[in-house]
Amino acid sequence: MSLGNFLIMRHEMLLIVAALSVLIAEIFWDPDKKKSIILFSVLLFAVITIIGFLPSTEGSLFGGMYISSGTRVLMKNILNIGVLLVLIQSVTWLKKEENSGKINEYFLLIISTLIGMNFMISAGHFLIFYIGIELATIPIAALAAYDRYRNKSAEAGIKLILSSALSSGILLYGLSMIYGTTGSMYFGEVAKQFGNNSLQILGFIFFFSGMAFKISIVPFHLWTADVYEGSPVNITSYLSVISKGAALFILIIILFTVFPVIMATWQKTIFVTSILTMTIGNLFAIRQQNLKRFLAFSSISQAGYILLGLIGGNQLGMTSVIYYILVYIFSNLGAFGVVAAISNATGKENIDDYNGLYHTNPKLSLIMTLALFSLAGIPPVAGFFGKFFLFTAAAQKGYYLLVLIAVLNTIISLFYYLLVVKAMFIVKSENPIEKFRSDFPTRFALGICVAGIVINGFASIIFEAIRNLSFGV
Amino acid sequence: MFLFYELAVIPMYLLIGIWGTGPKEYSAMKLTLMLMGGSALLLVGLLGIYFNSSPDRSRLTFNILEISKIIIPLPAQRLFFPLTFIGFGVLGALFPFHTWSPDGHASAPTAVSMLHAGVLMKLGGYGAFRVAIFLMPQAAHELSWIFIILTSISVVYGAFGAIAQKDLKYINAYSSVSHCGLVLFAVLMMNQTAMNGAIIQMISHGLMTALFFALIGMLYGRTHTRMINEMGGLMKIIPFLSVCYVIAGLASLGLPGLSGFVAEMTIFVGAFQHPELFFRIVTVLVVSSIVITAVYILRVIAILLLGPTTNEHFEHLPDAKWFEKISVVTLIGSVAAIGLAPFWLSTMIGASLHPIIEKILALNPF
Repeated sequence: MSLGNFLIMRHEMLLIVAALSVLIAEIFWDPDKKKSIILFSVLLFAVITIIGFLPSTEGSLFGGMYISSGTRVLMKNILNIGVLLVLIQSVTWLKKEENSGKINEYFLLIISTLIGMNFMISAGHFLIFYIGIELATIPIAALAAYDRYRNKSAEAGIKLILSSALSSGILLYGLSMIYGTTGSMYFGEVAKQFGNNSLQILGFIFFFSGMAFKISIVPFHLWTADVYEGSPVNITSYLSVISKGAALFILIIILFTVFPVIMATWQKTIFVTSILTMTIGNLFAIRQQNLKRFLAFSSISQAGYILLGLIGGNQLGMTSVIYYILVYIFSNLGAFGVVAAISNATGKENIDDYNGLYHTNPKLSLIMTLALFSLAGIPPVAGFFGKFFLFTAAAQKGYYLLVLIAVLNTIISLFYYLLVVKAMFIVKSENPIEKFRSDFPTRFALGICVAGIVINGFASIIFEAIRNLSFGV
Repeated sequence: MFLFYELAVIPMYLLIGIWGTGPKEYSAMKLTLMLMGGSALLLVGLLGIYFNSSPDRSRLTFNILEISKIIIPLPAQRLFFPLTFIGFGVLGALFPFHTWSPDGHASAPTAVSMLHAGVLMKLGGYGAFRVAIFLMPQAAHELSWIFIILTSISVVYGAFGAIAQKDLKYINAYSSVSHCGLVLFAVLMMNQTAMNGAIIQMISHGLMTALFFALIGMLYGRTHTRMINEMGGLMKIIPFLSVCYVIAGLASLGLPGLSGFVAEMTIFVGAFQHPELFFRIVTVLVVSSIVITAVYILRVIAILLLGPTTNEHFEHLPDAKWFEKISVVTLIGSVAAIGLAPFWLSTMIGASLHPIIEKILALNPF
């Protein structure tokens, strides 16, 4: 194995270099110009994202523990775009006085999480997978408690770390059962040895439960609402999009490559959990007042829809999941971007505070409407196509009843998304939020989100490109 | 097609919610959710058609013309025809999914009502034609009796509902339910005359209801009330508008010489040609709706326009201005043109119906 082979690990190496340079930069940086380190870090990450898109070689390293293929590189690139958007959106929040001492740590922790997710996606062995998951989880818990003097934030951090620890323990227990019965932890070996042994199926159930926690599937979703509400807005957006997306990516890879033997089992599991997730997520979102909790429950139900793409076990399913997560990144970050802008300017986070927003801040309310319509799946924005492909993938394998339930749930979700639209456009208010002008990074990030939502809806080459890449995992 | 069908619904929410009157948020939300519910059922139906669109699963297509060349397997048809038909029927005022219509039309501003009742509701009828019946004629033939019952209920019940209303816009909304139900009724009869009639009814009702809502809007702009018992004897005060309202009413109840008669006559003649006795009996029952329509139209005209003036506040209302006159006269002119000389319309309709009729006759010879 020559040094040149290490270039296969290009994404992770660049991220490690970035993390280390952010860490060391603090020592050499002029303390008076602390704020410019934000610009430096964001630009560094933008460069990394762009380099990520250059063509890469496929292959495996460390004897098959680390695999890089077209699909996995695509997944990492999509996550990079998402993280870049989150970082741009956090610039305004980081410039505040209360956060001035914690700027470096923010970037370091986010990049560390991303490194963990990259390793997780490239795993070829369950140990690398587990290390990746742990590396992805722990810094997020620290980030959730970032405003440590605010009660809710500290509570969010504790809830996240404790429940993550429990679910990682269950995941590891499942993995140990799989190792015990198959004698290896390499993905290929496990796939060959897997049978219908009841201990193996139990191991699979534990593994699925551990993953389901990160994706916020019912009944493992109880941490979602409180953690999303308590964390700072940008961390919430990171959790809801990147963390969930990465876990879904690796889940689909493992289900398709390692466990195809017991496909009937996991199809039944996903059938039940997806119906529960969609329904409960939607029903609980109707009564929420705090926008962060509202978007938390909406993201739970979105995870339910994505499970529909998994259930078929076909190529269209994987394509639609990857496409949907790309669209979901833009839509959700758009919605959270508006929430962040208003929260940074005025500190208000309830739907009632958004009454009459259209008269004072028309562009913000239009962006929010566009993002909500994309989440609801209204044509012609990209969210509609994402949902449509997911439903088609499930229908292709004959799951018409599931598609019917999913479509009915879409109607319910339309109701609560329209509640926010109603508040902004229709309800008159005594003291609406004042007109304010966000600074450049916020506007830039929101602009990219809008462009992403609109372009993904019209440019079918993106979908075709994803489909070509998702053939061989 | 599905994309634009859904797209047509969302702006309605904003239009009614922001610029409407009365319980506008409630009506707007009810309208949007019910219409999207119809689209939801429709999506499942469309996916079902797509995955059955090729006999050996090799060339699946969404292209309507391609799918019409093959026969979709019968069990799939029996499952997906109701879904598709109901999906389109929600927009086309199929009982019991029509409940969005009265509140929606009444709370909407005038122009929005005109557009919605006149144009959007025809999307339901068109979709039922093009997709549900064109692509799945066997299931349509087998299951048509269920939907005939539902559509005839919406025709007769809509007319009865209109009798009981006191608000002008609600009367008109129920009248729209009744007439659009007639379109779906005719489409299900599956023979050439009835289908011709259905299309003429779509055009004629679109013009008529636009005319009605325009006139109601003009009345509301002058009197600021829509309740018929608060207005009376307006014929002497605003003669031009009143005469136009009378003409619109006569078109709606099917007076020969105006388009309503042409449409309804064709529909009922065609419907009666159906070979089975059950359908003929239902046709006779639906014909009674003409009488009921006459009741509510003439009742409104009597209370509103004729007789002594009941409210002295309205003694000095201005008559129609020039732009109002132009719009109303244009609509009346087209209604009369179709009524007096329908042949230019029916050649166009006959040509477009030709492939559908061919397909139906080939598979179900009567």
